Amino acid sequence: MAYIELNEIAHSYLSKPEDQADYALKRIHTVWEDGGAYALLGPSGCGKTTLLNIISGLLTPSQGRVLYDGKDVTALSPEKRNIAQVFQFPVLYDTMTVSDNLAFPLRNRGVPKNDIIRRVNEVAEILDLTAFLKKKAAGLTADAKQKVSLGRGLVRSDVAAILFDEPLTVIDPHLKWRLRRSLKQIHEQLKLTLIYVTHDQTEALTFAEKVVVMYDGDIVQIGTPQELFEYPEHRFVGYFIGSPGMNFLECVPDGDRVRVDNVGIKLDAPIAALANQAKGKLELGIRPMYLQLSAKPVQDSVEAQIKAVEDQGSCKIVSLSLAGKTVRARLPEGQPVPSGKAWLIFPPQKIRLFDDGRLIKQAVGSKLKTGNWKLQTEE
Amino acid sequence: MDKWEDNKAWFLVLPVFIIVAFSAIIPLMTVVNYSVQDIFPGKRVFVGAEWFKEVLTSHRLHSALWRQFLFSGMVLLIEIPLGIIIALAMPKRGWGVSASLVTLALPLLIPWNVIGTIWIIFTRPDIGLFGATINSLGITFDHTSAPLDAWVTLMLMEVWHWTPLVALLAYSGLRAIPEAYFQAAKIDGASAWATFRYIQLPKMRGVLTIAILLRFMDSFLIYAEPFVLTGGGPGNSTTFLSIYLVKIAVGSFDLGPAAAFSLIYFVIILLFSWLFYQALQNVGKGENNG
Repeated sequence: MAYIELNEIAHSYLSKPEDQADYALKRIHTVWEDGGAYALLGPSGCGKTTLLNIISGLLTPSQGRVLYDGKDVTALSPEKRNIAQVFQFPVLYDTMTVSDNLAFPLRNRGVPKNDIIRRVNEVAEILDLTAFLKKKAAGLTADAKQKVSLGRGLVRSDVAAILFDEPLTVIDPHLKWRLRRSLKQIHEQLKLTLIYVTHDQTEALTFAEKVVVMYDGDIVQIGTPQELFEYPEHRFVGYFIGSPGMNFLECVPDGDRVRVDNVGIKLDAPIAALANQAKGKLELGIRPMYLQLSAKPVQDSVEAQIKAVEDQGSCKIVSLSLAGKTVRARLPEGQPVPSGKAWLIFPPQKIRLFDDGRLIKQAVGSKLKTGNWKLQTEE
Repeated sequence: MDKWEDNKAWFLVLPVFIIVAFSAIIPLMTVVNYSVQDIFPGKRVFVGAEWFKEVLTSHRLHSALWRQFLFSGMVLLIEIPLGIIIALAMPKRGWGVSASLVTLALPLLIPWNVIGTIWIIFTRPDIGLFGATINSLGITFDHTSAPLDAWVTLMLMEVWHWTPLVALLAYSGLRAIPEAYFQAAKIDGASAWATFRYIQLPKMRGVLTIAILLRFMDSFLIYAEPFVLTGGGPGNSTTFLSIYLVKIAVGSFDLGPAAAFSLIYFVIILLFSWLFYQALQNVGKGENNG
C-alpha cells in the first residue's frame, strides 16, 4: 500500500514534441492518498489511460517523476512497483484453471507452494470464486472473468495499488452493479489504494471517494462527488458532470445583477462584487435541477420560451430559449409544465460564475478546498 | 401446394447438372471404370478388384506412402516451430514490418516448377552457390547421386518455400493479441517463456491449426518441385505418391493400376480434408466458448 505522488508529470507519444498540442498529458502535479478510492473521469482521449499507465509503469513519462511512499519509481517496471491492473476487457490465461490464474503472479515470484494455496483460497473467498476454482477460466461469464483478473492483483499481499482501466465496459448492465458493489466491499475490507479510470460519471461518482476529472491532458478538479456537483472549478466539470450538464450563459456584470443580452439575473451581493472584477469572459452557470419554472411572472424571474419537453420517467427535462440561448431545466415528474411561455427563477445561492472557464470562488458559504493543481495559463 | 402437372423445373437445374457431370462425375467414373478393367488397344477385360489388391500390396506403393508421411512429418516438425520463431522475431511496428512481410512473401510468389529449377542451379556441385560452397568445404554434396543429399536439398527447398506461409499466419495471430495481455503478463511478472506458453501460443492456436493442416495437405500432394529437382531419384529415394502415380500412369501406361491408385490417393486426401474440416469447425467452437 502506498500514497502516490505525481511530480510535474508530462507525457507525449511523439519523440520530439514541439508545442502543447503534442502532449497527451500536459502538467500533472498531485498527491493521492494511501488507501483512497479514486476515479479518473474524463471524456475519451483526455489522457486518463495515459496517466494510469504512467502510474502503473507501463509507460515512462516524458517528464516528471512518480513517487510511491516518497520513493522514486519512475524508472521501475510494473512488476517492480508492485501494482496490479485490471483492463477494459478481462485478461485471462485461457488455458489455465481459475486457481492457476490466481496463482500465476505468485508462482512467477517464487512464492512457496503452501502460501500460494492459502492466498488463492483467501482471494477466491473474497471474490466469491471458490466454486469456480477448478474450472477453466475460458468458460466463465464476463463478470467472473473480470473478478479473476482482479484476483490476480489481490493475491499479492504486498500490492501497492490496484488500477482499473474502464473495467466494466464489457460487462452487462445488471452484472455491472454486482461487480461495482463487490469492488466497494473489497476496498472497505482491504483498504487498498484503488484508481479507477472511466468515462461514465455514474460509475465514477458511486465508486470513488475522490473523483479526479481530466480534460485535454490536464487534471481540472479533484473532489468528492458533491464538490464536483456543487462547485465545479472549471466549466468543463460543470458541463461533464450531471445529466444534463450545467447551463452556461455568457453575461456581463451590471450592478447586483448580470445581464444575459438584455435579461438581468439577480446575484447575491458578495458574488456580484466578484463578478465586477472578472477579467476574462464571464459566464453564469447553473445546474438544471436548481432552475425553477413558473407559469406567471414572479419577483426576479425572467421570461423564456419553452421549446421542448423530454419526459425521462423520473423527471422532465425542459428546454427553454432565454435571450436566444438554450437553457435546460430539470423538473420533478409531477410538476406541470406551462406551455409556450414560462418564467425562470435563478436561485442566487445556486448560481456559479466562471471567469474564462474557471469558477469565481465565493469566500462566504464555500467549503471548497483548493485542489493541488494548476491550469495552463497559456490556454 | 399442388404438384405441377409438368416437370419443367428440371430444365432449370439441367445446366448445373451438365457442368458438374462433365467436370467431375464423368472423369471420376472413367477412373472408376479403368480401375476395374484391364485395357489393351481395342480390347478390355473386366478384372474386378484385382488392381486394387495389386496396388495395395505393392511394395513400391508402400515405400512411396511411407516416404510421403516421413516428408510431410518432417515438413511440419521444421516449418511450424521455425515459422513461429520467425513470427516472434519480426518487428511489431515501423518500416521493418512491411520490409519483412515483402521479403517473406517472395518465395510464395514464385511458380513451383521455377522453384525446382532455382534449387537445381543453387545446389549444383560445380557452379551452384550452395553446392559449390559445401563441396569446397570438403563435404561431398550431390543431390543427383546421394539419396540423403537429395532429401536435404528437397527439405531445404521446401522449408525455404513454405515456412514464410507459416510465419505470416503466425504473425497475423500474434498481431491480433490485444496489448493488454502483454501488459498483464508484465504486471504478473511472467517470464518471456511463460508469456509465450500461456498467452501467445494459446492465442495462436487457431492460425496454427490452419497452418498445420495447410502444410500437411500441400506437402502430401507435392509434385512439381521434387519432379523438377530430382525426378523422384536418385533411384526411388524421393518418389512421393504423386510422382509414383504419374510414373505408372504416364510412364508405363498401366491405366488400371494407376486408376486404382488414384482412387486410393483420392480417399486418403478426402479423409484428411474431412479431418481438416472437423478441426476448423472445432477451432471456431473453441473461440465461441472462450
